[in-house]
Amino acid sequence: MTCSRRQFLKEAVGGTLASTLPLSAFVFLSPAEAKAAVDEAKVRWAFLVDTNKCTGCGLCVTACKTENEVPFDSPVTRTWVERYVVTKDGETHIDSPLGGRDGFIDDKIRGEEIDPENIAKAFFVPKLCNQCDNPACVQVCPVGATYQTHDGVVLIDREWCIGCGYCIMACPYGVRFFHPEHKVADKCNFCYHRITKGMPPACVECCSFDARRIANLEDPDDPVTKIILTERVAVLKDEYGTKPHVFYLGLDANVR
Amino acid sequence: MTDPAIVHGVEWTIKELFVYPNEFIYWSIQIVMYPYMTGLVAGAFVLSSLYHVFGQKDLKEIAQFSLVFSLALLPVAALPLLLHLQQPLRAMEPLLTPHFTSAIAAFGIVFTAYGLIVVSEIWFVYRKYFVEQAQALKNQPGLLASLKYSVYLALTMGAFDVSEDAIKVDKKAAKVLAAVGIPVACFLHGYAGFIFGSVKANALWMSPLMPVIFIMSAVVSGIALCMLTYIVIMEWQAFRQRRSGGTTEATEIKGAEVDIITKSTRYLLGFLVAAISLELLDLIFRGYTAMKSWDILRSVMYGKDFMNIFVLQYTLGNLVPFILLILPGRTMKRTVLALLLVLFGVFMMRWNVVIGGQAFSLSFSGYMHYHIPIIPHSLETFKEGLFGALTVIVTPFVLFWIINNFVPSLRRDLGGN
Repeated sequence: MTCSRRQFLKEAVGGTLASTLPLSAFVFLSPAEAKAAVDEAKVRWAFLVDTNKCTGCGLCVTACKTENEVPFDSPVTRTWVERYVVTKDGETHIDSPLGGRDGFIDDKIRGEEIDPENIAKAFFVPKLCNQCDNPACVQVCPVGATYQTHDGVVLIDREWCIGCGYCIMACPYGVRFFHPEHKVADKCNFCYHRITKGMPPACVECCSFDARRIANLEDPDDPVTKIILTERVAVLKDEYGTKPHVFYLGLDANVR
Repeated sequence: MTDPAIVHGVEWTIKELFVYPNEFIYWSIQIVMYPYMTGLVAGAFVLSSLYHVFGQKDLKEIAQFSLVFSLALLPVAALPLLLHLQQPLRAMEPLLTPHFTSAIAAFGIVFTAYGLIVVSEIWFVYRKYFVEQAQALKNQPGLLASLKYSVYLALTMGAFDVSEDAIKVDKKAAKVLAAVGIPVACFLHGYAGFIFGSVKANALWMSPLMPVIFIMSAVVSGIALCMLTYIVIMEWQAFRQRRSGGTTEATEIKGAEVDIITKSTRYLLGFLVAAISLELLDLIFRGYTAMKSWDILRSVMYGKDFMNIFVLQYTLGNLVPFILLILPGRTMKRTVLALLLVLFGVFMMRWNVVIGGQAFSLSFSGYMHYHIPIIPHSLETFKEGLFGALTVIVTPFVLFWIINNFVPSLRRDLGGN
């Protein structure tokens, strides 16, 4: 059989087109899209922190570290509680020893004695990952190891994270850290393994004061969603345009 | 062995006032080395292109040297990243599954493209030499000769045509590659600046000027290192020539030629002025607009890091060498001193960006101090310590020595076009 170069090229191009065009009739779905398409109920996880109710007991930190296997005595933590003491001269004193894990049993703030008479206001602020709608950490991950699920939670693939630390740098809230044992980026994920099975996150479950609650923003009947929708809530650092989804009741202007 | 439960960053971070619990100096000395080495690569290439593209004939010798030196520097630009990764075995992932919204994902592509350009340019420049060597070594006795022969044979890649026409084509190709290489070199380094400049969470880094500042200072450091290495090697060769009493070639090797150095100095000063102007513009702009972060930035820049920024970087690293280089009656020794200071200044600039950017907490209510590990007691304190950085500094010179054995970038009697 003879075949001229021109004929060969012609047939090669024709054959390629003929075999690929039918393929384009299929739509390629990302795993997230596929999952969203089969799931019946729409979910967008959010969190509500009531700073008026937090007593700074630190049980949430203990529960989180235990549940998520973050070494108990290491300084890093997926959630933490900050103590704010604003004195009458307008100064703000902040601390969070061991992330507030053991509560705030010492009156001193970083060794500094504060005269109780001089205190204008004092309160506790629990912090955790904001599961942003526009997460800076997901944007900067060079390998796509950190990603956003269809229900709004940002997760990390421990098998794929290269440990460059770019996501840690990119997060304006400082929620990310290197896991001391796995040597990859780590952070709060609202206890994704629990909430997707209908259980509350560990910190929510152990909070005796209802200071921490989880919400599904897509469900208008969710009591916590109702609070977020009807009451005056605030978010942290909205100037970064990350659209955080941890909402705060009673957030003070001094909170960093 | 590293204690498995030690948190990355704990060993070299000292916290002051209120810092979020998870904040540490995560990006340490290796991330200072990364833009520094990348900058040297880009700068060395730009210097070599001044001859190959813009026909600055008097730069011929240093241009050939710079080209080969930039190849030796190239792998070392990636080395700090590798040493920094918590999962170094996964280092290829940015190439396999690049996530293109990330600035780092472009690294693999830009770096590979740039590497190909440098290697092919060197090949076109030295192809004639490879062919000559292969022919000269053919049929020569001895294992070493036959080994060398096979290396050169491989280097020719089967292209033995050294006719005048073929060499003309080589020259043309080298010129085109050098021209294409300039924007790619700038991109390689500009994007390193983008990695920092685009981090909106970091008040010090976030600036659209960052990539441009990085490119300018990259060219400054690249030219400075090439000039310095060139002077040292040339003076060493001249010294050896004098010691051995050789007179035959004394006319050819007369130490680093003053013309080349004068000319290169002019380019160096130009880029230095551009770099400093942009850096000062950035600083003034931050002070003038005085955004929310300015209070903490000011306390870092004018307080805690004053020595690093204004004394070591701007004065000792920029102003002093600038004066040393423009004052009349410049001697080779003074030039060498100025070049060393310029290199130090650019290093301090990288340090002040990378470490300075982590010197304050995201809460704007506290500070972090970096204590570089000197004596390593674990793999991590070696990698992210003084000796890790020294390893990175030494490697390009070792590589250059190896490459230069096959590609004689310093011999003006042989090869090259």
